[in-house]
Amino acid sequence: MHGIAFDVAHLLAGSLVLLSFLELYQDRLYALLNIFALHALVLATSVAWQAFIQDAPHLYVTALIALTFKAIVIPTALHRIIVRLGIHREIEKVVGVGTAMLAGIGLVALSMVVMLRVTQEADPLAREDLAFALSVVLLGLLMMVTRRNAVSQVVGFMSLENGLVLAATGAKGMPLVVEISVAFSILIAFIVIGIFLFRIRERFDTVDVQVLDQFRGERR
Amino acid sequence: MTFDPLAGVLIVPAAAAALLAALPGYRITARLNIAATTLTLLCALSLFFVRPAPGPYLLVDDLNGTFIVLTTFVGFTTSIFSASYIGHELDTGRLTPPFVRFYHAMYQVLMFAMNLALIANNIGLMWVAVELATLTTVLMVGIYRSHEALEAAWKYFILGSVGIALALFGTILVYMAARPVVGEGLDAMVWSVLVKRAGAFDPALLNVAFVFLLLGYGTKVGLAPLHAWLPDAHAEGPTPISAVLSGLLLNVALYALLRFKMLLAVNPGALAPGPLMVTLGLISLVFASFMLYRRRDIKRLFAYSSIEHMGIITFAFGMGGALANFAGLFHMTMHSLTKSAIFFAVGHVAQVKGTQRIADMGGLTETHPVLGWGLVLGVVAIAGLPPLGIFMSEFLVVSSTFARAPALAIILVFGILVGLAGLFLRLNSIAFGEPRGPAAPSEASYVPMFTHLALVFAAGIYMPPALVAWFQNVAGLLG
Repeated sequence: MHGIAFDVAHLLAGSLVLLSFLELYQDRLYALLNIFALHALVLATSVAWQAFIQDAPHLYVTALIALTFKAIVIPTALHRIIVRLGIHREIEKVVGVGTAMLAGIGLVALSMVVMLRVTQEADPLAREDLAFALSVVLLGLLMMVTRRNAVSQVVGFMSLENGLVLAATGAKGMPLVVEISVAFSILIAFIVIGIFLFRIRERFDTVDVQVLDQFRGERR
Repeated sequence: MTFDPLAGVLIVPAAAAALLAALPGYRITARLNIAATTLTLLCALSLFFVRPAPGPYLLVDDLNGTFIVLTTFVGFTTSIFSASYIGHELDTGRLTPPFVRFYHAMYQVLMFAMNLALIANNIGLMWVAVELATLTTVLMVGIYRSHEALEAAWKYFILGSVGIALALFGTILVYMAARPVVGEGLDAMVWSVLVKRAGAFDPALLNVAFVFLLLGYGTKVGLAPLHAWLPDAHAEGPTPISAVLSGLLLNVALYALLRFKMLLAVNPGALAPGPLMVTLGLISLVFASFMLYRRRDIKRLFAYSSIEHMGIITFAFGMGGALANFAGLFHMTMHSLTKSAIFFAVGHVAQVKGTQRIADMGGLTETHPVLGWGLVLGVVAIAGLPPLGIFMSEFLVVSSTFARAPALAIILVFGILVGLAGLFLRLNSIAFGEPRGPAAPSEASYVPMFTHLALVFAAGIYMPPALVAWFQNVAGLLG
């Protein structure tokens, strides 16, 4: 049963993890957005492949949503925000590239150990998919922690959600409710974030979250 | 057409949200807001008499019936408080009419989301509802658009979304565990089906799923060390939202956790979720109790007190068993009523004094006797002094723990006492001593606050046997 279906799914899920690593060390916002768009594109391909091998046509809808919203609309919009705010140059990182990569490798190893051990009875396709998905989720989380810039935190959050979609589509026959809700939540989340970015801009003339920290209520 | 109360608790807030978004004018919208919450409360109460059969998406049983009635009741009283609070904010110019319109619409969307989360039978739908509730509260916390409010909303948004994302991963894992047993498709996400078949699920998968769910929904409950968003969100948003956050939204997240705990309880091979919840509960209790001492902001103070009490409630449910569950449910009800009453008082206090800094307010019982003594009564209740309701529920939690795990009970009592002293230290400087700050009379409506306090007082003196039997029945369901 393994054959080509398994290999392609494996390849696509693996590429997602690899792209998450690429996102982790980008120090320019434009480059980060391009890689995120690629991340979303690979996700869309992976979802479409799952739709094909599971013979589940509703997953094509999810793939289409991932393609249009996450690979095209959102990167374009974020691109415009960056141009408008004039913040395209550098990303403030909290930790160095080396440390972040090492932490990332540790997280991937952790998710492999945990997921492969607990899912021994599930079918191999689903369990490897799940292990990759958890890696993508954790790498997204790591990216949010290691960046100070609001835009790159948003990108981190969205690649985390990509991992969730990968997990949801890998779970065979999962009802559509969830996939649509994930897509919707990203849309809503994006709108919210967009509003916030503009409000932050209005108030502080910067999107560096560190500046926000100076206004924490506790220090009053 | 027959009357369907289940649809009522969803349709009324949804329709009201659409209407409130379209209508201008503060006076009409505030009244409409109250009318909508009254209607929702009536629908929720009628659920006791008309009980629809569980469907693939919605379910009403005795457990969530209790939660829905509590949610809609506090939603109703908060809307009355909100009318006088928002009126004052308009007068002082902190909020402009378009923002008030937005605020009222969002209030109803939040009520809709919380009701949906409570009656959802589908674990995916429940997740969507909790996410919707999170997003609406993020928008409301940021409504003042000050530096602090934006910071609080951003922090809440980021931490809340990460928590919600982890909860979704847990939900997917539950589906993975259910699929080989229940079969593919919708049924494998329907809670009432899952709980019947959970005995045959793969225990290892279920364990990992619960850890994700505990971290995810636990963030929303505000359990330490995942609580960082909570004090900021409470302190910087409008006070009616602080009351609803503390009194209701934390309960909704806890309810989601309890549903999954019931799944694990059915499976003999799965880990016992109790010890995890007991540990997180105790950490939250002790941590928050110590944090009470150095608070300078009055709303932040009571936000930490909410973490403390959610810790006690999580601890009680973690201990499990008929008596501890009864105590947990009772404590949760009492905490919702008392904490929202305190926030009603705090909202008016902050308005008359023009500040939230504890150092700038003092002698409140002299300058504003009704408000001041109302706050004192609320703090006495929340600190757990007899003869009020929280004393009874804390006593039940402690005594049931002493019988089973004396060592844990000592930590519990220690945490409660530290918290009590911390609260009274702060209360002393707010309510008594030399009057400080403006002494202008407040045009507050005291009805919601004293209604809640009267209920808490009555529950401490005498519990009707029917209510006791009801809580016992629900505690039995929780296992």
